[in-house]
Amino acid sequence: MTVARRTFLKGTLAVGAVGVAVGAGLLAPRRVLAAWPKSAFEAKSVQDALKAVVGTDLTEASGKVKVKAPDIAENGAVVPVTVTASIDGVDAMAIFVEKNPQPLTSSYELSPAALGFVSTRIKMGKTSDVIAVAKAGGKVYSARKEVKVTIGGCGG
Amino acid sequence: MASTIKMRATERNGVVVVKALMAHPMETGQRKDKKTGKKIPAHYITEVVGEHEGKRVMTAYWGPAISKNPYISFKFKGGKKGEKVRLSWKDNKGQSDSLEVAIR
Repeated sequence: MTVARRTFLKGTLAVGAVGVAVGAGLLAPRRVLAAWPKSAFEAKSVQDALKAVVGTDLTEASGKVKVKAPDIAENGAVVPVTVTASIDGVDAMAIFVEKNPQPLTSSYELSPAALGFVSTRIKMGKTSDVIAVAKAGGKVYSARKEVKVTIGGCGG
Repeated sequence: MASTIKMRATERNGVVVVKALMAHPMETGQRKDKKTGKKIPAHYITEVVGEHEGKRVMTAYWGPAISKNPYISFKFKGGKKGEKVRLSWKDNKGQSDSLEVAIR
């Protein structure tokens, strides 16, 4: 075998490998942004919603995640919730209402510049725990707080 | 046309707090029209994006369980007074809006 043939073959293999890598998305020019997590929003249990949105339903209850919400919500249609995660490197957070027909209310992707903090207002169908999770370093931390609801907020 | 977004971004001790209120019905699709008895179709914001000087800081994925005329607040580091914060939303019907304010 001549050296030239060996070099030629090596070149072909290299091109082939690069082709496969591009096809597999390993050499994709930019990170594909996540889309709206449909299965997470349609999940009917907290466990299924957790698996769909953060990849696991195993969470570690942590005092570093705080859920601020009223003890009693006069109007279940507008319940203010503030979640704070005092953990380094939080890249995702989510808020669930355990007893809502679809527990996931919202999920958040945070850049490294963002703090583990989100505040919003949610609808609750009835008295239930509000569960917040924060994902950092691949681990999922959680906290929950019961909110009593006098008038349900899902309509009907 | 007036924006559907009201927003304020305030910097203190190196942390910018963004508070925004959006005008939107956030219909769950479960509510019935009292006159016709038919369900009012779902119409809610599905995505909210917060950017600082063109860089994405926060993406929120929302479902119909976020309250009508939704409120959101988030925080980030590294913003300075005068720099721009933009908030954009889009909903399940393809509608959208966006607003940019200066950090004060």
